[in-house]
Amino acid sequence: MSELRSELKYLTSHEWARVEEDGTVTIGITDHAQDSLGDVVYVECPDVGSSVSAGEEAGVVESVKAASDIYSPVSGEVISVNGALEDAPETINESPYDDGWFFKVKPSDLSELENALDSDGYLAACEDE
Amino acid sequence: MGHKTPLFAQHQAMNGKIVDFGGWDMPVNYGSQIEEHKQVRADAGMFDVSHMTIVDITGPDAEAYLRRLLANDVTRITSISGKALYSGMLNEAGGVIDDLIVYNMDGWFRTVVNCATREKDLAWMGQQAKSFDITITEQPELAIIAVQGPNAIAKAQTAMNEEQAAAAQAVKVFQGQTVGDWFIARTGYTGEDGLEIMLPAAEAGEFWLALNQNGVTPCGLAARDTLRLEAGMNLYGNDMDETVSPLAANMGWTIAWEPADRDFIGRQAIAEQKATGDQQKLVGLVMEAKGVLRSHQKVIVEGTDEPGEITSGTFSPTLGYSIALARVPNTVGATAQVEIRNKRVDVKVVKPSFVRMGESQL
Repeated sequence: MSELRSELKYLTSHEWARVEEDGTVTIGITDHAQDSLGDVVYVECPDVGSSVSAGEEAGVVESVKAASDIYSPVSGEVISVNGALEDAPETINESPYDDGWFFKVKPSDLSELENALDSDGYLAACEDE
Repeated sequence: MGHKTPLFAQHQAMNGKIVDFGGWDMPVNYGSQIEEHKQVRADAGMFDVSHMTIVDITGPDAEAYLRRLLANDVTRITSISGKALYSGMLNEAGGVIDDLIVYNMDGWFRTVVNCATREKDLAWMGQQAKSFDITITEQPELAIIAVQGPNAIAKAQTAMNEEQAAAAQAVKVFQGQTVGDWFIARTGYTGEDGLEIMLPAAEAGEFWLALNQNGVTPCGLAARDTLRLEAGMNLYGNDMDETVSPLAANMGWTIAWEPADRDFIGRQAIAEQKATGDQQKLVGLVMEAKGVLRSHQKVIVEGTDEPGEITSGTFSPTLGYSIALARVPNTVGATAQVEIRNKRVDVKVVKPSFVRMGESQL
């Protein structure tokens, strides 16, 4: 099984969310997701300053094999995106939970994350796929 | 659990990611398909293609039978021992049942057909054999290993015995040589030089490991697909099938119209199509903007409401942007547009050949 981190929250659509010390939320795709997609070649992040809604599309990740929408686990304003992915999209394969993050949100309602899965719940969801 | 090739244990030992492919458990990659792809373009890679179906045609009528069965004419290869021919096998309506390679084995012929079409191919071949004195024999006990890339032949030789290595050195492009129970052919599906080696299943594992020890990178089906697409080679089921004429699948060059009295299956239907000249055609598309072209995306051609469609699309690891094969109205010019997630994106229209021998053809 692929790597999971206990401090993260997960969606069944394979995004992770990390609540930072300053209350912002960092979002990326899971190790399982990058492994299923294979070599990532292109990422479309949301614009900084745009708003995203929990459960709605916020971007796209494309591998050689397939395109996959990225859903935001929380609603709020996008305060930064990982610009390094533009020239090095393979970072998502190499470091899905650290250098391969997608975007950061200033959440409007952090309690939305209570609906997300913990790592055990996500593991169970992956095994049901 | 699907069928397993004689190399299944090796794939697992080399961390191959196993997926179902036409009922077979096959490695899709061993880590990174892009790295594997680049190894083939720059050096040497090896593919297990033992899932493909080898069918031998023997008997006094073997040549006459294949001249009826195939749109290309095996008489073109009968004067050269080991010579290979690429052909479509058509139905009466001119649709492509499968594409295959046939080798002249001196007095008999060896064909290699696709794995996903195995059952219908064998049924069709048997059905058409009734009035011919031939025997059709599948060879499931043979493995096939493709070794491809600019250094493929040199590296493969280091994993062979003296006699096999001499044959690998001597064999000419699109020909094969028999060495004992091995058949060493200079063919492939990558657009690079290299070999396809048919050998007894019991010897396949040892040869695979010897190739790897001599610096040949194991490559999965994912890299095989991006390599063939860069080379502009069709994939059965994507780029053509029974509903598609070879004329609309860039296979016109594989139809032997001469001699005019050779009555191959599908001839009448495609001759009529050729006369009307209104078929769509298979072209290459190039998109230098970011994003990836995918099969089934709609292609819009200026001056007509008739839509085209992408039949195979991918990111090209060699070129660094997306390429595709698409079937489009034959009035297409030098540019077209593709609908990607409800947006129209400009693409260039090119000949369906993008990379050969490591070099961009664009």
